[in-house]
Amino acid sequence: MSFNPSDLIPILPELFLAVAGMVLLVIGALTGNHKTIFIGKAVLCSFVIAALILLGVDWNHQTVLNEMLVMDQFAGFLKLLVLIGLVASVALSLQYLEQIQTLRFEYPVLILFSGIGMMLMLSANDLLSLYVGLELQSLSLYVLAAIRRDHLRSAEAGMKYFILGAISSGMLLFGASILYGFTGTTNFEGIAASFEAGLTPGALIGMVFILAGLAFKISAVPFHMWTPDVYEGAPTSVTAFFALVPKLAALGLIARLVFEALPAAQDQWMQILWLLAAASMTLGAFAGLAQNNIKRLLAYSSIGNMGYALIGIVAGTQDGVGAMIFYMTIYMIMTAGTFGLVLCMRRDGKAAEKIDDLAGLSKNSPMLAYGLAILMFSMSGIPPMAGFFGKFLIFQAAVEAEMYILAVLGVLTSVVAAYYYLRLIKVMFFDEAADPFEDEISFSRRVVILVSVLFTLLFILKPSALVDISVNAASALFAG
Amino acid sequence: MIEFPVLSLLTFLPLIGALLILTIRGSEEIVARNSRWAALWVSGTTFFVSLYLLFQFDGTSAEFQFVETIDWFPALGLSYTMGIDGISLFFVLLSAFLTPICVLASWTAVKTRVKEYMIAFLILETFMIGTFCALDTILFYIFFEGVLIPMFLIIGIWGGKRRVYSAYKFFLYTLLGSVLMLVALLTLYVQTGTTSIPELMEDPVGRDLQIWLWLAFFASFAVKMPMWPVHTWLPDAHVEAPTAGSVILAGVLLKMGGYGFLRFSLPMFPEASEFFAPMVFWLSVVAIIYTSLVALVQEDMKKLIAYSSVAHMGYVTLGIFTATVQGIEGAIFQMISHGLISGALFLCVGVVYDRLHTREIARYGGLVKNMPKYATVFMIMVLGSVGLPGTSGFVGEFLTLLAAFQVDTIIAAFATTGIILGAAYMLMLYRKVVFGEQVNKDAAAMSDLNPREFWYFVPLVVLVLWLGVQPGMVMDKVAPSVDKLITQYESALPLHAEGTLAEEELEE
Repeated sequence: MSFNPSDLIPILPELFLAVAGMVLLVIGALTGNHKTIFIGKAVLCSFVIAALILLGVDWNHQTVLNEMLVMDQFAGFLKLLVLIGLVASVALSLQYLEQIQTLRFEYPVLILFSGIGMMLMLSANDLLSLYVGLELQSLSLYVLAAIRRDHLRSAEAGMKYFILGAISSGMLLFGASILYGFTGTTNFEGIAASFEAGLTPGALIGMVFILAGLAFKISAVPFHMWTPDVYEGAPTSVTAFFALVPKLAALGLIARLVFEALPAAQDQWMQILWLLAAASMTLGAFAGLAQNNIKRLLAYSSIGNMGYALIGIVAGTQDGVGAMIFYMTIYMIMTAGTFGLVLCMRRDGKAAEKIDDLAGLSKNSPMLAYGLAILMFSMSGIPPMAGFFGKFLIFQAAVEAEMYILAVLGVLTSVVAAYYYLRLIKVMFFDEAADPFEDEISFSRRVVILVSVLFTLLFILKPSALVDISVNAASALFAG
Repeated sequence: MIEFPVLSLLTFLPLIGALLILTIRGSEEIVARNSRWAALWVSGTTFFVSLYLLFQFDGTSAEFQFVETIDWFPALGLSYTMGIDGISLFFVLLSAFLTPICVLASWTAVKTRVKEYMIAFLILETFMIGTFCALDTILFYIFFEGVLIPMFLIIGIWGGKRRVYSAYKFFLYTLLGSVLMLVALLTLYVQTGTTSIPELMEDPVGRDLQIWLWLAFFASFAVKMPMWPVHTWLPDAHVEAPTAGSVILAGVLLKMGGYGFLRFSLPMFPEASEFFAPMVFWLSVVAIIYTSLVALVQEDMKKLIAYSSVAHMGYVTLGIFTATVQGIEGAIFQMISHGLISGALFLCVGVVYDRLHTREIARYGGLVKNMPKYATVFMIMVLGSVGLPGTSGFVGEFLTLLAAFQVDTIIAAFATTGIILGAAYMLMLYRKVVFGEQVNKDAAAMSDLNPREFWYFVPLVVLVLWLGVQPGMVMDKVAPSVDKLITQYESALPLHAEGTLAEEELEE
């Protein structure tokens, strides 16, 4: 068997990032923490370069490393999104790390390694590569959650995340081994062929375990318990990163797994995901009502949003997956801006995390208040903001698949969730002003917020392009 | 030749004005003054552009006019299509007419964050006009729902004591209704493959589907209207909103519900409309009688007028679902007239509220002595609301009751009691506020209408009286569209058509 280096071209972005990561790690180890900002910027540049390489790579279907990894339109577009999300996360982080005196050079490097993990997940074409990618990502995330190790809540968050994450990885691995035992292969196409030949109860049990493990990663109810605590405990910049990227990668992975490896078991996984979607939407909406901490609130918001995104997969159609990608793109951009604004909530050198701390923001810093208001209206799905179109496509996919119950449940829970999004607006605009926040906002954070708000506001002018790209990306899963 | 996109201009002119106001800089006082003038100019210009529609509109045609289409969202087959027919024409005019009046009414009443206030109002105007012009279901939904954002802020920021509660209630109630409509719109789109309103009107879907879709649309429009028993957000919203907010709420936003029934429910789901018509009749009758009785015992002027609005909207729903020429034309007329009259009544409350900062009826009395001009304007509007012949209020109520009488005499009999009750509570309000002893010194010392107030009442008074004696001005332009609507409606009812045929044979 001959090995030709040019076969690796489809995963060139990952390879580049891996080399960059190792080089930066060595630089960091040699120079220490005072070079963190430099390393952060270097990581930022690496992501941009990786994105450029990705754009240069052929996105048509091809497999690498004995069909371990696959590159197609789906992987290509989602990887691009992941890279954009990573750029935003790092851009949001640096100033914050300085403010909380946690300038550790591992921080940007860990984000970079988790980024490689996510890109591998999106390319996974085998249960083994799936697991390797997932673990590379997860282990980086555990450490990131606990990066403020002298800080009790951060350490607690990291610990909690690690233990629960390890259990879910265990379940996933257990499911993978059952699936391997019953189908005799770990390759997605092989599994699909074996399922085609006949569904065995054992293989279905394996599938259920794998889906449960993955549901944990996207914090779908009932595997969501870690989310509020980790969101609250982790440093806000890490929370922003958690909210932006990993779930996108995990959702992409679920979509690829169910459509490429398990199409024959569609009736079965549809029921599972249906329930996950319904439960996530409901819990995300109702549990968010009682929150006073803005990070916890956003945690429940993300749980609910995962429910909406799952509807796209449950619909089981190309349009559905396209809607899911579209929804996640818009959600990611909105979330980037929202966390950018949350990171600006600082008073007397401390982060303000209570919703009431936003009181009267419209008087103290009107620009921030209007930005956040636009994003919150968008999150609640009110036209003409971008968030409306995300929900629109998702519900359309549900209606097309004749899942009326899910669609109605979705719109009703979105009304409930609108209550807590409105609450932020109410506090900012209707309440008496509290003390102003510190007004020092770094350039990179300004850019992220501005792009996010303008995208949300002006999306209505040219909505078609993103839908076309999303549906095109989804078509890769339905090609064969 | 490309026709000049006058509807888009009309819709987005206020938005452009809002963006201009956004750029105003300087000290607070200068910003406030410039924003007021800019908002007045922009909304005034918009009104004059809307007059162009009135004169260019072909009143003999039932077709959509001034139609413009841009391929806006090709990935989903949605298009940006605007156009108006006789039904929507006057709602567009009403929106464009009331906004400058609202700006004038807020001239001194709004003291804080004037710039933001004017921006919110102009954005609101964009959404209102857009709602009535949209000929694509999703575009309609975007405008219809977008209204919530500025209105939520107007009530919440510039409202009264319980403004937060009211703003929430308004927002969530209407949103709850609207999202069900969204699912229905999506279903309609998936089933028929089009989002074009004219196409959907031509070709109704099957009966079973109609029933479900009708209910979903009903959820939205009934809340917006509002119909009993989902009207409870309205009194709260009205009481807490600033004066101009109440005017727009009563004058235009409520009409979106009625417009929705005419644009969607009746033509797109004729069989379901016929099926549910008795239910709507009874809900309307309950609304008319119940809310009139509630209005009788109110101590707050705004609340009283708010409940009277619910009662008056009862006539509208009654008229629409009779599906007769008189009923629908009457309903449209009633909506236009109610928009003027209730708007003016809220302005009347605003005038005394600005002076005394209370809306409690008992705090006033004998105003006729120190405010004769005010008393005159108020009287005309009260009589209009009561439905006195010679005012615009009479025409709409009379026509809807006439139509109701043809369809169901019992319903009509019940509904007519509402007129008596309406006279009772409105005249009671007028007597307590304007006549009687001057019990409160501060109320007795209030000054009469100042020139600004006087001049924004003048067009309202003129229109209410003129439409009262010259209803044809509106009716002539409305009639062809209504005729077409009814023809389509009846031809879509198989049983009904056979029934009339059989009767004709018998007569022969």
